[in-house]
Amino acid sequence: MARKPTRSPLMERVRAVLFHRRVVFGIPFLWLLLFFLLPFALVLKISFSSAVMAIPPYQPVFSFVDNTVSVVVNFSNYLFLMSDSLYIAAYWGSVKIAFVSTLVCLLIGYPMAYAMARASARIQLVLLLMVMLPSWTSFLIRVYAWMGILGNQGLLNNLLLWLGIISEPLKMLNTNVAVVLGIAYAYLPFMVLPIYTNLVKLDVRLLEAASDLGCRSLTTFWTITLPLSKAGIIAGSMLVFIPAVGEFVIPELLGGPDTLMIGKVLWEEFFNNRDWPVASSLAIVMLALLLIPIVLFHRLQTREMEKDG
Amino acid sequence: MVKSPRFSFSKVMLVLGLLFLYLPMVVLIVYSFNASRLVSVWAGFSTHWYGELFRDQQILSAVWMSLKIAFYSASMAVCLGTLCAFVMTRFKRLRGRTLLSSMISAPLVMPEVITGLSLLLLFVQMAQTIGWPADRGMATIWIAHTTFCSAYVAVVVSARLREVDRTVEEAAMDLGCTPLKTFFVITLPVIAPALVSGWLLAFTLSLDDLVIASFVSGPGATTLPMVVFSSVRLGVSPKINALATLIILTVSLIAFIAWYLMRRGEEKRKRS
Repeated sequence: MARKPTRSPLMERVRAVLFHRRVVFGIPFLWLLLFFLLPFALVLKISFSSAVMAIPPYQPVFSFVDNTVSVVVNFSNYLFLMSDSLYIAAYWGSVKIAFVSTLVCLLIGYPMAYAMARASARIQLVLLLMVMLPSWTSFLIRVYAWMGILGNQGLLNNLLLWLGIISEPLKMLNTNVAVVLGIAYAYLPFMVLPIYTNLVKLDVRLLEAASDLGCRSLTTFWTITLPLSKAGIIAGSMLVFIPAVGEFVIPELLGGPDTLMIGKVLWEEFFNNRDWPVASSLAIVMLALLLIPIVLFHRLQTREMEKDG
Repeated sequence: MVKSPRFSFSKVMLVLGLLFLYLPMVVLIVYSFNASRLVSVWAGFSTHWYGELFRDQQILSAVWMSLKIAFYSASMAVCLGTLCAFVMTRFKRLRGRTLLSSMISAPLVMPEVITGLSLLLLFVQMAQTIGWPADRGMATIWIAHTTFCSAYVAVVVSARLREVDRTVEEAAMDLGCTPLKTFFVITLPVIAPALVSGWLLAFTLSLDDLVIASFVSGPGATTLPMVVFSSVRLGVSPKINALATLIILTVSLIAFIAWYLMRRGEEKRKRS
């Protein structure tokens, strides 16, 4: 380009920039439109269909009959979800378990992030890697580790028996407590990281000023540190709560028959009962339930991504 | 902070938290060397289960399948994610930008069962209307993984792009460099570390995924998490302990190398 600047270089450059912009924007846009947004439209469509013994196992919603499009919209799946107490209990159980797990994560994760942010730069890097490392190994295997620990013949029961604290094995595996523990364990790094990045940016001079003016450290924490790390707390909580609501692996491996979680119910409707329309409507209701937390997270995320350096 | 006591509540919690994160993995590693099949009995040191693991043809082919899918997914996700990160950080005021930003950040928190179900329904519909994909397998898993991994890559890369000194890029453009050349000569070398970490993150995410792969896979493609899950569902298995140990050791080794490189880079920067 530099060697042939004769033909209105400015116009040519502007055109090149615009063209590149369109390509840079267009490729990921089309990909996500096709593989992210369109699938949701399909879920919505099929949730209004009804199950049939066919391939694929649902009735078409739109069909051509005598050159006219006939639309058969069927609300029966949603009515069915409302009438069956199993589904309502599963939604409620998921929200409850996800909420308790998020709280546990926050109570463990916040002090961890706080101590990390206060460490020297060199140690911070080591600690950061140590917190992240478990999440890079297999999620499935980390959940599986708790099966060996919590089982009736497991490590923890053997230890407690040996110490004489209990006289017969406690039932720990296949309970809701095990599910909460598993979720807290698996998602802890996702809570620590956003809070840590938030606390590390905290202006130390504010804390010094508070201390100079005679503020006690606990008061300083409640009035300065905690409010300023609010964005990190919200981001971390959303990163734990939202996936936990739809969690399948943890309730399947650590939960018992009385553990009702919607992710597991959806999986069973789809794979065991092969009722795609009901599974779809379960997904739509779950999405509606999570809409507020997802929007909240999204706003935080875009603000973070659009911030100038 | 101002004065940092030797033992504070937060430091104690940090140590306890790290113990909580690492003890279960240590237990897995220790029991992978147990001669007995049972968790409750320690029957002496043995590497028997590692031998069993390497003779298990089903696991070995699943490992290969997973590695292939993870490699292709991570590579594609880096391309898409970087493009998204560019749009997010550089193109303010562009039509459709809000929609793109919603679509790229949603997979970060979307429950896996929903993503998996929706993509499967798409593939079924596509097979009906355009005849592709006739069989679900590697290609469909690749598409699914690329889509959700791109979101993570976009986060990592946009964090780096925000820190890049844009005056150098502008100087290059002012001197007549095309945008494409500017990207490859100036921007790419600067954001390369973020691309590498984004690729690695996408690779591990793809390698680890069970739920989405289970939905969009067909009979032809079984990934490692699918094999592990079907075995683990039946209870504790020492072969899986051995596999877990190998995974943990590999990841630790890579993390250690990353830490070493980062520290050396830091020291070099300080010296110069």
